[in-house]
Amino acid sequence: MLTEILEKVSKDNGLIMAFAVVGIITLLSGFISRKLTLGRIQGSAIAILIGLGLAYVGGKMTGGSKGLADVTYFGGLALMGGNMLRDFAIVATAFEVHPEEAKKAGWIGAVALLLGTVVPFIVGVLIAYAFGYRDAVSMTTIGAGAITYIVGPVTGAAIGASSDVMALSIATGVIKAIIVMVTTPMLAGFLRLKTPRSAMVFGGLAGTVSGVSAGLAATDRKLVPYGALVATFHTGIGCLLGPSVLFLAVKALV
Amino acid sequence: MTIYGTALLAGCHLLGIIFGELIGRSLGMTTNVGGVGIAMILLISLRFFLHKRGMFTETSETGVQYWSALYIPVVVAMAMQQNVIAALRGGPVALLAAVGTVAACSLCISFINRLEK
Repeated sequence: MLTEILEKVSKDNGLIMAFAVVGIITLLSGFISRKLTLGRIQGSAIAILIGLGLAYVGGKMTGGSKGLADVTYFGGLALMGGNMLRDFAIVATAFEVHPEEAKKAGWIGAVALLLGTVVPFIVGVLIAYAFGYRDAVSMTTIGAGAITYIVGPVTGAAIGASSDVMALSIATGVIKAIIVMVTTPMLAGFLRLKTPRSAMVFGGLAGTVSGVSAGLAATDRKLVPYGALVATFHTGIGCLLGPSVLFLAVKALV
Repeated sequence: MTIYGTALLAGCHLLGIIFGELIGRSLGMTTNVGGVGIAMILLISLRFFLHKRGMFTETSETGVQYWSALYIPVVVAMAMQQNVIAALRGGPVALLAAVGTVAACSLCISFINRLEK
């Protein structure tokens, strides 16, 4: 009887169930971040990795293509992590950008930002090509994932990529964010991360806000706002250029 | 009112998506082109505009900030419904693309920062 009630309640309250599940995972990943990685790997990155792990489990259990959302109790995840709420939340993050401070970041931040969009994209597209992805949609989606793990799925959804390519694209972005978080303190000397200006260049080129803020925090706390300021533009510019200019460029070349 | 913030966000979102659709159509595609990015630029501009005139209170801002704070959880939920099994069949693509990207970007950062006197 209990399982029947649980099934009914989770079915009628899908989105609420999803909020609770994501909350528990975030709590767990925060704990793992602090205790097991000593804050080196940000909680959000761990939460995303756990999410991808659970998607794997869900896929194995049901044989479906929607990961954990295919499992009876967790159908609400499809709404919470679906296109509508995802894009809504991403647009909301634009609110954290202060235009007057952005002006101070100057032209070098803009140059780094543009390079940080185009260079990862080209690397991603080339690797996708090398591994046999020859259609413009898949190559663009994987290339966009190399920009950030948000740009990847936003671009993929806009140009109609398949779910497996989207997952690959997100995986690329997540792995990139984790590498940036972990290696930044080690590479600080080589990257010449000393001044606010150098942090802005880093923020523009290294991309993901989570990677940049966690990497800089582990290197020099004073540099965090400068890097994060430029990095906050990353997703917006990527989302603007990904499904438009970059996709058309790849399409023209294929 | 908190809803003002959320409604402003919703308005920017919808306008951005509509513009994105229009750009897509004008380029001969059925897909949305840069709608989310346009919505973000709209929100930044409108926020700046309203803030300067004192027409956007702190309470209204919470209506946007809540959704902004939810973006990581939403991405976690999104991760949970990905077709990971199919992605893993793609093998080392994700790993190589990520490593290659970080390496290429590190070289760029190092080069630009060495130009600073």
